[in-house]
Amino acid sequence: MSEQPVLLDSLQMARFVARGFLRFDGVVPDEINRQFLAEVGEAAEPEPGRKVMRAFGELLGQAEIPEVAAGVPLAAAYRQGSAIRRLLDLPLVKGAIQSLVGADPVFDHHFLHVTFPPAYYEAGGGENVSQHTHQDSTVDPSKGFDLQVMYYPHKVTREMGGTRFVPGTHLRKVSEVALGRYQNIRGQQHMVCEAGTLLFLHNGLWHGGGVNHGERTRTMFKIRMNPREPQVRRWDMTTLPAEPNPRPIFYVKSPQPETVESILMTPEPWFEQDTGRLEFVNRIKLWRHLSGDPGYDADHWMSRLENPARA
Amino acid sequence: MTRQKVLVLYLANSALDSPVIAWAVYDGTGATRPMAGDNDDPPYRTGADALRDGWRLFQASQILPHPRGEEFDLAYLKYEFFFEQLVESVA
Repeated sequence: MSEQPVLLDSLQMARFVARGFLRFDGVVPDEINRQFLAEVGEAAEPEPGRKVMRAFGELLGQAEIPEVAAGVPLAAAYRQGSAIRRLLDLPLVKGAIQSLVGADPVFDHHFLHVTFPPAYYEAGGGENVSQHTHQDSTVDPSKGFDLQVMYYPHKVTREMGGTRFVPGTHLRKVSEVALGRYQNIRGQQHMVCEAGTLLFLHNGLWHGGGVNHGERTRTMFKIRMNPREPQVRRWDMTTLPAEPNPRPIFYVKSPQPETVESILMTPEPWFEQDTGRLEFVNRIKLWRHLSGDPGYDADHWMSRLENPARA
Repeated sequence: MTRQKVLVLYLANSALDSPVIAWAVYDGTGATRPMAGDNDDPPYRTGADALRDGWRLFQASQILPHPRGEEFDLAYLKYEFFFEQLVESVA
């Protein structure tokens, strides 16, 4: 019997709302990492004339990862005892999923992302380049979000690329790779990590696969899931203060404690000077939705804009 | 022969001397292969710094009004500036 889920606390939820991701380093036990890599198997060695996509196709075909119909319960997607089922049953993973998309989410799709090192391109042709930055999977005006869990079963070095992502971009309503022109954005991060690291992403977060200049293939497994029920008050509500924490704004002399409000009001390095303020507004709106509190405000942004006296 | 190098800078506001927040480079000479994620540090501090380094501005995004009802909606980066250099290239 699996252990009780460990729900996210309010500060973790605020970080997800503000930045669009939560990262947990090395939390998947090595035994599961090794089992997963054994289930995937090894890519065939580079061979003159054999294209990278063929090697990739063969790897996808041999991997012991099931084909799963979109729309089934996540709980029915993986057989008991498989590496991914065991991963999903970890209390931390179960709790994060429950906090973000509810206890019984819908399986959307999964994919085994593999980037190949230069030797495969030297043997088979093609250009070894990074993936254009994009969001998944189309322009999405909904209030809530889907969750994408990215699993890194082995150590990733900077030379191997790693998933690139841009914190705080998730609330922009863009259309997939329409933003591919943006090669580099201030504050972008690269998933350089230990084996067993997990990245929980809002589906709107801008990201892309980094180019692999290393010696071995880089493997990342992604699962997308949809909420079945409204994503309202699913995290550890005992950690939510009864009232928001009003604080001085603009003219501030002393350091402020970390609160839900301080997290929601922290800018990213790439914020434009004017639209950065709209990012704060949109974070407040998402927090209102998730907390079920339509009157929530932080740093007076909505109180000023929604003042009935000047409607 | 002459080839075009293109630099795209995204700035923090509509002023050319505001800070760079995002960027891209495309090299028509083929001497380099810029790509997504290849550098975490901007090539210039501001757009004006690119001018001072010899880049020629040939396009800037417009400043557009906000449609009523969509004032809070955000999508693509707003302050986009295209620069070029014409470079002699060996075929």
